[in-house]
Amino acid sequence: MIFTHNAKVVRACLYLILLVFCLFYLMPLYVMITNSFKPLSEIRGGQMLALPDIFTFLPWASAWSTAQIGVEPTGLRPYFLNSVIMVVPAVAISVVLGALNGYVLSKWRFKGDRIVFGLLLFSCFIPFQIVLIPMAKILGVIGIAGSTPGLVLVHVVYGVGFTTLFFKNYYEGFPTELIRAAQLDGAGFFRTFTRILLPSSGPIIVVSVIWQFTNIWNDFLFGVSFSDLDSMPITVALNNLVSSSTGVKEYNVHFAGAILAALPTLVVYIVSGRYFVRGLMAGSVKG
Amino acid sequence: MSFLRIENLTKRYTSDVEVLTNINVNVEKQDFLVLVGPSGCGKSTLLNLIAGLDEVTSGAILIDNKDVVNEAPANRDIAMVFQSYALYPNMSVRENITFGLEMRKVPKDERIRKSEEAGDILQISHLMDRKPSALSGGQRQRVAMGRALVRDPAIFLFDEPLSNLDAKLRVDMRTEIKKLHKTLGATIVYVTHDQIEAMTLATKIAVMNGGVIQHLGTPHEIYYKPANLFVASFMGSPSMNILEVDVTEGVNNKPELVLDTGEGDLVRISLPEVNIAPGHYLMGLRPEHVSDVDSVAKESDEFARFTSKVEVVEPAGADTYVVLPLGSENIVARVNGEVEVEPGDSLELAINLKRIHFFDKESGERISTEVVE
Repeated sequence: MIFTHNAKVVRACLYLILLVFCLFYLMPLYVMITNSFKPLSEIRGGQMLALPDIFTFLPWASAWSTAQIGVEPTGLRPYFLNSVIMVVPAVAISVVLGALNGYVLSKWRFKGDRIVFGLLLFSCFIPFQIVLIPMAKILGVIGIAGSTPGLVLVHVVYGVGFTTLFFKNYYEGFPTELIRAAQLDGAGFFRTFTRILLPSSGPIIVVSVIWQFTNIWNDFLFGVSFSDLDSMPITVALNNLVSSSTGVKEYNVHFAGAILAALPTLVVYIVSGRYFVRGLMAGSVKG
Repeated sequence: MSFLRIENLTKRYTSDVEVLTNINVNVEKQDFLVLVGPSGCGKSTLLNLIAGLDEVTSGAILIDNKDVVNEAPANRDIAMVFQSYALYPNMSVRENITFGLEMRKVPKDERIRKSEEAGDILQISHLMDRKPSALSGGQRQRVAMGRALVRDPAIFLFDEPLSNLDAKLRVDMRTEIKKLHKTLGATIVYVTHDQIEAMTLATKIAVMNGGVIQHLGTPHEIYYKPANLFVASFMGSPSMNILEVDVTEGVNNKPELVLDTGEGDLVRISLPEVNIAPGHYLMGLRPEHVSDVDSVAKESDEFARFTSKVEVVEPAGADTYVVLPLGSENIVARVNGEVEVEPGDSLELAINLKRIHFFDKESGERISTEVVE
């Protein structure tokens, strides 16, 4: 039974290594969480890794509602709401448009459809920085510069390329005969989409929503470029909170604020993460 | 006027790829038309054109005297059964069957009544609440037919509906489709690549090749008077033997067939009943018309005997297929299964002279040999 004994040792080593990696990756999160519950004096004492002696919610409360952001002592709350108001329509619109694009490009082929798809795909690879100035100009012309609708538009335009790619690949594997059967049954363009395709699109909708949500929520560059005080998303507000140069650096408040800003994407991943991989795989394996 | 008329129909994908050329078909009410041919012959394209799933390049399609070329598929009064069944995976069997009715705004109680009727006819009543993924292949096939049935269309279209089933089920469903055709009095256009399916189901067969209808006729005509070499060799299994032969003028000005039986022997066979000019031809002989002398003698009073050395023996139960040389070719003969024969044996066979076919050597067209009285 030497063999199994060896196998056990190997297995133990394996788990040990995995555990070390886990700890390594979890360390920053640990530091953030523990320090966000400490009074500032404890952090200044140099005990970054220790658990809090005095457990306090004050930094969280401060980060949420009273911390100085720019010139106003509002906390992150209004900016969190700004982000929500921006993200929800941006995700919804870009996913709906992507689904429709994917449906048309895979099942209602038209002359030049490859070129259209190619251009949409190309838009995924354009670096953000290149479009900043032209986009600012366009937002100015339309008259929605520095507003939430402006940010929504920017994110929809940028996201549609990705969502189209996701949905097109997914629908490519969807049997065309089903579309034809629906046509013969008398279902039109939209009815076929809503009754036949959408009910089978769960996984790819989840993928698109996660992808769009995390990208838009975490975006900083567009947020800092195209928003003003009333529409500033939380990423920009967090930056303003952390990098304000006056007064004392309240690390515990900063940690709490950073966690607050990251919380929604974390929740989205935890709730629907397992569909994410499944959905990404679905398109490729089926074909 | 025919119920379904297809006139000079042509389909081109780009300017130079012509998939269908000048198709003309007439289908009467309650006809069962089978489009048969090898893959890529255009039979499925023709069906899609009738369904309206593909655009016609030129020509007309008339259903009940109404040109439907510019009509949407839903407005053509047709229903189609797809090869992959194309059942909506997110709907139950009942929803699948009634979806077409729902789209046509048929009231709910009538939809349910119709789906129950169809369920009874197809024996799927007990499956109504299941999802397609929980059904076997044969059951899915029935549901797909049910979906067409409730629509009560002018024409049913079937696109290779049996090719995804296993052999036994295929034969059962074939019988069932035939029964259904009888009881409903339906008009059906059916695509298949299986010539046995074509023969057993059809009242009319269109044999297609290279985007052209080679022969349109009853199963009997197609089998016994194939229009050309392609039809002759495509229909029938094993396929027809084709030999190069000379016909000369013999006794009493009657044509005489000169057959090289190998080993340099020339056999001259007088063909008193055949009206054909002397010349060089391709002769077609179905395996069942080259058989042991007893079998042939039972069927025909005109036959010619020859002897050849057997190369391969393939017993198939009731019959035995024997491969042996005749002239420069190897031919297949179908002899009675009770005849005992081994490879290497010399076997005396007879050719049924009433069932030989002649084709032009250049064009492959059938040469009519009927005696004009």
